[in-house]
Amino acid sequence: MTLSTTESHPLEASEGADGISRRRFIGYALAASVVVGAADLSRVTSADASIPTVQPVDYFDLSDLLTDAALATAALITITVNTNGTVSFALPRAEVGQGLTTAITMIIAEELSLPMSKVEVTLADAEPLLEFNQLTGGSNSIHSLFDQVRVAAAVAQRRLSEAAARALQAPLPELTIENGTISANGRTIGYGTLTGLGAVTRDTAVLAELKPQSEYKLIGQPQQRIDALEAITGKKQFAMDLDVAGALPTMLCRPPTINGRPIRINNHKTVSEMDGVTDVVLIPHTDFVPGGVAVRAETFGQCIDAVRALDVTWGGGPVDDKSDADVLSDLIKAELPLTPALTGNSTLDQRFTFYFRAGDPLETNCAIADVRADSVEVWSSLKSPIFAQQRIAAMVDLPQSHVAVHVTQGGGSFGRHLFADAAFEAVAVSQAMGKPVKLMWHRTDNFRHGRVHPMCTSRVRMSYSGSNVVAFDQRHTSVATDFSHGLGEILSATLADVPEGDFLAYSQSIFLLTANVPYNFGLATQLLNEVYDIDTFHTSSVRNIYSPEVTCSRELMVDQMASKLGKDPLAFRLSFLREPRMVAVLQAAAKAAGWGSKLPAGIAQGIGLHHEYKGYAACVVELDCRPETVNRKIKNGHGGPRVRKVTFAVDVGLPINPLGLEAQMMGGAMDGIAQALSYSLHLKDGHFLEGSWDNAYYTREWNAPFDLDVIVMPANSSEPGGAGELGVAATMAAVANAYARATGKVPTSFPINHLDPLGFTPLPTVPPIPQSPTNGLSEEF
Amino acid sequence: MPKHKFILNGEKVSVDAPDDERLLWVLRDRLGITGPKYGCGLDVCKACTCHINGPHAFNPCSVPISEIKPTDRITTIEGLPKTVHKALHPVQQAWLDYDVAQCGYCQPGQIMAAVALLEEKGDKITDDDLDALRNICRCGTYFRIREAIKAAAAEMK
Repeated sequence: MTLSTTESHPLEASEGADGISRRRFIGYALAASVVVGAADLSRVTSADASIPTVQPVDYFDLSDLLTDAALATAALITITVNTNGTVSFALPRAEVGQGLTTAITMIIAEELSLPMSKVEVTLADAEPLLEFNQLTGGSNSIHSLFDQVRVAAAVAQRRLSEAAARALQAPLPELTIENGTISANGRTIGYGTLTGLGAVTRDTAVLAELKPQSEYKLIGQPQQRIDALEAITGKKQFAMDLDVAGALPTMLCRPPTINGRPIRINNHKTVSEMDGVTDVVLIPHTDFVPGGVAVRAETFGQCIDAVRALDVTWGGGPVDDKSDADVLSDLIKAELPLTPALTGNSTLDQRFTFYFRAGDPLETNCAIADVRADSVEVWSSLKSPIFAQQRIAAMVDLPQSHVAVHVTQGGGSFGRHLFADAAFEAVAVSQAMGKPVKLMWHRTDNFRHGRVHPMCTSRVRMSYSGSNVVAFDQRHTSVATDFSHGLGEILSATLADVPEGDFLAYSQSIFLLTANVPYNFGLATQLLNEVYDIDTFHTSSVRNIYSPEVTCSRELMVDQMASKLGKDPLAFRLSFLREPRMVAVLQAAAKAAGWGSKLPAGIAQGIGLHHEYKGYAACVVELDCRPETVNRKIKNGHGGPRVRKVTFAVDVGLPINPLGLEAQMMGGAMDGIAQALSYSLHLKDGHFLEGSWDNAYYTREWNAPFDLDVIVMPANSSEPGGAGELGVAATMAAVANAYARATGKVPTSFPINHLDPLGFTPLPTVPPIPQSPTNGLSEEF
Repeated sequence: MPKHKFILNGEKVSVDAPDDERLLWVLRDRLGITGPKYGCGLDVCKACTCHINGPHAFNPCSVPISEIKPTDRITTIEGLPKTVHKALHPVQQAWLDYDVAQCGYCQPGQIMAAVALLEEKGDKITDDDLDALRNICRCGTYFRIREAIKAAAAEMK
């Protein structure tokens, strides 16, 4: 076997003597005292480097774009074989519950024929050389890392095997590799010994042969999370659990309205002298932080007391005069015109409205920062740590290399941690106080000042002639989504017609790379327009960018069209679907759900389909809209229609960990249920009314389905698609359709309860956070 | 600052803290016990759920330390296995068996609430009982939580 030069290329599959197809790549063994394998896939992408300005999403989507951008620095993806026989990998992505560390552990263990327990995956610090290869978003991590990680592991495997062949005096094909050992001629050597023997003194190109899919033992088999034991024993550490010397609890007193400015502290002395308080500092509004008054104290309890005691003069914010109806009116005015209707066709035309919703994980925004004269150290759950590092360096006027950014385990994200809001604040506060801080947002702040999924409308017009749909038009209009966290840079670096800093161009590109119509509906056009500047509201995508709303609107219209044409929703879809994989998931879900079975009046099934991230999803739900269910009494909570059963079929091409995939679909389904039925924020006079989980009705146990069945389709590809957001849109659409079928009323604004009378009394905005109750012992059970 | 005494995970502890400081901050910020998580400080999300005097759930974010008596036995997730003299409580084992956790932030609270609920309802636990759990899981693990609790209940028979 000859080694190629570094001019590697998408090394084609070749067929071995055993008839098994093997993919080969060039990687590197890096100079070190042990075996360190690195991937180099940069040339692989060159074939696709010339990307047309606008490409149909069928042929090039957001997953492709993010993966191509990441592969450019694949050579920096390294896997190290340690002398104790373990293998380490610093993952350049965030773990926020999506199960990535488990899936990556499986992939490395598979390629190196190791038990998973011998693979140690940690979260990498910000590494600027990785450029676009350290962004966790777009459900893209597995898609982008699968080849990179396997190649790096295969390089390591190759070096170990060559060392074993020499030591055991056996040719490579006669080696038996299993469980971290290599055997031949009756002798066995462990990786821990081989790693020194296989090490190289200068970087060396290695031909890496990937394990063929037919030999997978771990990939495709359900595996429990690697951090499950830590999570259930309270040992899993999140940012606020870290003990960083001198970093005392710190909170901000925030303005009464979104983006309001702090002007003056009127009782600085009084608050400074409160029990435990060490510092009280006004943090002005800047390009980096919205500003407020920071307090640092011995405990967070004392921070809450101090924040509540502060008397601050506030300036107004940019949306003080806006409420839901004003934003809706602005959105409708900005809607792009529909394609002129052809004469002779009939049309169905409807606009759907989607109100703001919080991207609130259970762990509130938080970060630890220690700003010194010549260095900064930060700890936070960050999905875009290089962006964070760059901005922090600019904030404190130090070279980027003087800023260490540690990525901690995240307690959820849902889009929130694409941004580094808490990290920027912690840096600003630590710098202002000259002390390390452990900064945490109050839950009420997280709802009222945290990033939200932008309010939007989606207008759909379907044109039909006889029993055929001849055109599908969708005009999506949204409050601007902030993509300034690094994704925007990737777009401008990748797509010729997207200039840097052109936020509408970022948004429209992402829209075109994700929106799709999986049906043969003739001419389909889907376009996006936006209102406001990106910093008017604090926005981010929240467990999906545009898809839940785009898909929900489309699927509702598909049901209406089926009804218009006298067809069953299932039969109608099957007759118009474009792709066999979508047909297969729909048939699987419909069959398992017992589509069409007789149900009591007020209970109905609904279907939703979604295609994104190289995956296909079909959901069938059963929704109970009977008055006795809808009006059931829930103390301090929202009952409403109840999804009794969810049946979800998913095809991600190559499922890595079916158990993790099921979990992602279940979680996505809970989001879909919430987004369809109950979870939103009400904007009134420049602030959101919701301030607690008993106000913002995310799915609770009393809203959860009694039955939930996830069908993972067998592997039908060598490419794993994304999962983190795939479950949301199909479920949201299925719930909306079920609601229409159960009640006879097609919902046009979401969540369905948004325009009902408020079910709670809004918390005051001054002081900005409520005091903790004192009656906790009477609430025990 | 007043001194407060109580029994934490089987050990006597003594801590200086203002009378009105909520127990959550005494545990996390003064004693370094980080299993109970902050999720809202409003007795709503239940991420900090612990036990008092046996498997009775309560939320330390909403209890001033002055309400805790020297004889009160507080159990956090860290001390749960010891209450059954095992490496893991059966409910924790059920959580592993059903791979319940995702990000894991809420799960210590979920488990403490589930243990208390099972103590009260035993193996006769119903869907209505499960609906009464108020703990939020933003990752949406509710269905697996139900499965795990039902499995743990079946083990109690």
